[in-house]
Amino acid sequence: MSTINEERPADALRAHDAAARRDHEETRPLGGIAGWVDDRTGGTKGVSTLMKKVFPDHWSFMLGEIAMYSMIICLLTGVFLTFWFIPSMTQSPYDGSYVPLQGVMVSDAYRSTLDISFDIRGGLLIRQIHHWAALIFVVAVFCHMARVFFTGAFRKPREINWVFGTILSLLACIEGFAGYSLPDDLLSGTGIRAMNGFVQSIPVIGSYMAYFIFGGAFPGELIIPRLYSLHILLVPAALVGLFTAHILLVFLQKHTQYPGPGRTNNNVVGYPFMPVYIAKAGGFFFIVFGVIALISAVVSINPIWGYGPYDPSPITAGSQPDWYMGFADGALRLLPGFLEFVAFGFTFSMNIFPGSILLLPIMWTIIGIYPFVEKWVTGDDREHHLLDRPRNAPARTGIGVAGIVLYSVLFFAAGNDLMAIKLHLSINDITNTLRVLFFIGPPIAYWITKRICLSMQQYDRDKVLHGRETGTIWRHANGEFEEIHAPLTPRERWHLVQQEVQEPFVVTETTDAHGVANPVARKDQWRAKLSHFYFKDRVDPVTPAELEAAHHAHGPALATEPTETEAAETEASEPAIERH
Amino acid sequence: MTEHENGAPAQSTDLAHASSSGALTTRGALPERFENPGLPPHVYRAADVEPQAAKHAERQVATLFALSMVATLVFLVTYFAIPEESTFFFPGVGTINTLHVALGLSMGFSLFLIGIGAVHWAKTLMPDHEIVEERHLQRSTDEQRASAVNVVVEGGRSAQLDRRPLLKYTLGGALGLFALPFAFQLVGSLGPVTVGELKETIWDPEENDGKPIRLMRDPEMTPIKLSDVTQGSVFHVMPETLQKYLDEGRHVLEAKAKAAVILIRIDPDLIKVKKAKDWSVDGVVAYSKICTHVGCAVGLYEQTTHHLLCPCHQSTFDLTHDCAVIFGPAKRPLPQLKITVDDAGYLVAPEGFHEPVGPSFWERAR
Ligand code: HEM
Ligand code: FES
Repeated sequence: MSTINEERPADALRAHDAAARRDHEETRPLGGIAGWVDDRTGGTKGVSTLMKKVFPDHWSFMLGEIAMYSMIICLLTGVFLTFWFIPSMTQSPYDGSYVPLQGVMVSDAYRSTLDISFDIRGGLLIRQIHHWAALIFVVAVFCHMARVFFTGAFRKPREINWVFGTILSLLACIEGFAGYSLPDDLLSGTGIRAMNGFVQSIPVIGSYMAYFIFGGAFPGELIIPRLYSLHILLVPAALVGLFTAHILLVFLQKHTQYPGPGRTNNNVVGYPFMPVYIAKAGGFFFIVFGVIALISAVVSINPIWGYGPYDPSPITAGSQPDWYMGFADGALRLLPGFLEFVAFGFTFSMNIFPGSILLLPIMWTIIGIYPFVEKWVTGDDREHHLLDRPRNAPARTGIGVAGIVLYSVLFFAAGNDLMAIKLHLSINDITNTLRVLFFIGPPIAYWITKRICLSMQQYDRDKVLHGRETGTIWRHANGEFEEIHAPLTPRERWHLVQQEVQEPFVVTETTDAHGVANPVARKDQWRAKLSHFYFKDRVDPVTPAELEAAHHAHGPALATEPTETEAAETEASEPAIERH
Repeated sequence: MTEHENGAPAQSTDLAHASSSGALTTRGALPERFENPGLPPHVYRAADVEPQAAKHAERQVATLFALSMVATLVFLVTYFAIPEESTFFFPGVGTINTLHVALGLSMGFSLFLIGIGAVHWAKTLMPDHEIVEERHLQRSTDEQRASAVNVVVEGGRSAQLDRRPLLKYTLGGALGLFALPFAFQLVGSLGPVTVGELKETIWDPEENDGKPIRLMRDPEMTPIKLSDVTQGSVFHVMPETLQKYLDEGRHVLEAKAKAAVILIRIDPDLIKVKKAKDWSVDGVVAYSKICTHVGCAVGLYEQTTHHLLCPCHQSTFDLTHDCAVIFGPAKRPLPQLKITVDDAGYLVAPEGFHEPVGPSFWERAR
C-alpha cells in the first residue's frame, strides 16, 4: 500500500510496473520465457535448488542410471512399435515379403511383427533396440539392487525407496514377460501355454482363473490384446509412476556416499547438477542408447521368423524364456513330480504351484522386507547416509551372496538340458546336483563369504597397524630379508578405520520382578539370537591407541613387519576377532 | 557441525562426533577413534592450468560432436539408399541384412559420440571442485508435526465428524462398497467359465456323430494307413474332426491345444503294460502330445530308449511303460488314445481319451 501514490494512482502504478520490468530484464538475461513462466508458477526457486543439488560420484551409482535410461529407451521405442503392431489373434494366411512363411496361417500379431521386421524400413532396428533395452533394463535393475543391498543404502531413511525399487523390479519382469508374449511366435506362445498351466495349478480357483485370464479356453483370441493393454498401458504407467516417486525420494533424501576423508553422515560431497551432472548424466544417456543401438545392429535377438507362428502342436526344442524369467523356469525343472497328489478328489499340483505362482511373491516379499528385519535386529534408529563397505558388514554380505547363489541355482536349472548337451553329462545327475545345491549352496556361500569379509577386514587392520608394503627388501646383517612397510597417511588410513563397531545385542533380564517369564523379553531373546548371528564374529577397526602401541613396538619412522613373538603378543593382548 | 541431528549415539564414527568432541583430541590422552582427516587438497587438471591443454580438450569434444553429425547424415543417406532386400555375407555370422546393420551402426554412433563428447567435456573442462552440501535430519520438527496433526484434527472436528458418528459410519460404508460394482463387472465378465471343457477333446466320437474318428497327419490332414506307420516312425496327428474347425476358421488352436497326438510304432513285445498293448495295433501306439506338466508339446522321441521327451522342463515318458514319467517334474503319464483300423485300412480312434489331457487342474480327478 505504501508504494501507491495516493494522488495519481494510475501514474504511480505505471512507474512501478516499469521498475519491475527493468528488474526483470536485469535478473533474467536468458530472455522472457523463463520469467514468463516464473511469473505464473514461481517455479524458479525449485529449479535453482535442483540445479545446485550436489551428487557424489562413483561408478556403482551408474547402475541405477543405466536402468533408468534403458527404461526410457523402452518407452520411446515401444511407442514406435505401437504404430505398426496389431495386437490381434485373428488368423490369416501370411503374404508379406518373408518368403519361407508365405501362405502359412498366422495371427495379426505375428504378421505385424514380421512386417515390422521385413517391410518397414528401420523397423527391425527399433524392435531389436526395444528388446535389447528391455534385457539391459532388467539386468541393470538387479545390479542396482545388489549395489544398494551390499552397501546398506537401504537403511533408514531409505527403506521406502527400497520397497519401491523391489516393486519396480517385479514390474520390470512382468512388463518384459508381457512384451515377450506379444509377437505370438512359437516360442512366446509356448511361454503363454506354460503360464496357462501355471494358473491351472492354483488350488481351488486355478481353472477359473485360467478361463478368466484367457477369456475362455486356451489360447482363445483375447490373451494377446489383454497382455497388450498390460504391456503398453497399465504396467508402464505403474513403472513410470513408481520410478518418479523413486527418483523424487533420491532428490529429497540426497544421495548416499561412500565413506572417505571429508565425507560424513551429515554432508554430501560431490559435484553440482548444473553443469557437471547434466553433462555426465545426459551424456551417459546417449552412451547407453548408442551402445544398445550398436548391439542391436550386430547381434540379432528374438528372430521370430525362425520360430514360426504359435501352434500348440509343433515341438519347440530348447525352449527358454527371456533370462529374467529363467529362475522360475528353473524352479519348475527342479520340483519333482511326486509332489502332485490327489486328496478328497481334488488335484494338488505342488510340483507346479510353488515354483510358478508362489515363488515370485515369496521372493519379492523377502527382498522387500529385508531392511525392516535388519533394522529390527540392529535396533538402529539413526539415519545412515554413509555407505558400508561390504566387507564391513560380513553377515549382510553373506546373506546377499547366499541369495545370489540360490537365484543362480534356479537360473542354471533352467538350462539343465543345455548343460547336459554341452558338457556331455546326464541330465538326471545335473538336476539332482542342482536339487542338492538348492539347499546346501546358500549356507555354504554364506559361510565362505563371511569368512572372506572377515579376513579382508583383518587385512585392513594389518595394513593400518603395519603400513603398506613398499616392495623394497632389506637385507639384515644376519642375512635375514625383510620387506619395508610405509605407514599410511591419515587420509589413506581413514578409509580403513572409519566404520562403526556393532556389538551383538544382549538380553539382560528374561523374567520380571516376580520371576515370571516376560513376553517382551522373549521377543528380545529372538532379537538377541539374530543379533548374535549378525555380529558375533567381527573385526574391529584399529583405534589410535592400538596404532600407537604398534608404532611403539616397531619404532616411529619405518614400521616393519612384527617378528614372530611380537605378532603373537599383539594377538594375545588384543584379539582381533572377538567371540561372545 | 550439527552433532545431534541424527540422534547418533556416542559410538557414531562421523565427523560430527569426532570434531565437535574436542576434548578427545587433547594432548596426552589419545582419542578413542581416529578423526576424519577432512577433504584432500584439490588437484588441478591439465586443462585447468594450461590453456594449451584446455584448447586441446575443446578440440577433442568438438570432433566427437562433429563425428556424431556425420553418423546422423550416414543414417539419413542409408535410409534412402539401401534397398530392404539387400544382404551381405559376413564370415562366421552368415547372411546379414545390409539396411538393418547400416542403420543400426550409424544411429548407434550418432548417439554414442554425443554421449562421450559430453562426458569428456564434463571431465576435462567443467569445474571439478568438490562441493560440500550439508544434510539435515529427514523428519519434520516437532512443532511442524504438531501443527499438521492439529490441522487434521481441527478439520475433522469442524466437519463435525466426532459429533455425528452416523455420518462417519455411512461414509465409511459407502466408500468401502463403491469398488464392488467395478470388481464384479471385471471378474464377472472376463471370460466364460466353462471349465468342464478342460476334460473334453474333439476325439470324442460325439464330435463325429458317434463314429470312430480317423487319425490325420498334422498339418496335411490326410488319413494314415496302418501300413504307412513303419517301425520306429513318428507321426504328429490330429483328429479328422479338426477339419470342420479348419474349414470354419474358428477355434482351431483351442481344439488343437488338446487334440494333439503322437503316433509311434515300436516292437509290440516291448510294450510292457497290457492296457497299452490292448489299445494299440501291431505295436502302433497313440498318446496325447500335450505334456501333463504344464502343457508343452511332447515332441522329442528317442528311438533307442523309446523315451518321449518334453522340451520345456525335460519330463521324460517311457513309451514301453504306458508313457509313465521316468524323469522330470511331470507326475502323470501321457494319456493313451485307443486306436484300431477301420474297413478302409485307416487308423481310427473309436473311443476318445478316457481321462483329461494336458496339465493338472483342481477338478481334474472329479
Ligand atoms: C519399460 C519396459 C518395457 C519392457 C521391459 C518391454 C519389453 C518388451 C519385449 C521383451 C518385447 C518383445 C520384443 C520382440 O522381440 O519382439 C516387447 C514388445 C513390444 N513392446 Fe515393449 N517393453 C517395455 C515398454 C513398452 C512400452 C512403454 C510400449 C508402448 C508404449 C511397448 C510396446 C511394445 C510393443 C507394441 C511390442 C510388440 C511388437 C514387437 O514385438 O515387435 N513396450 N516389449
Ligand atoms: S511342460 Fe513338459 S515338462 Fe514342463
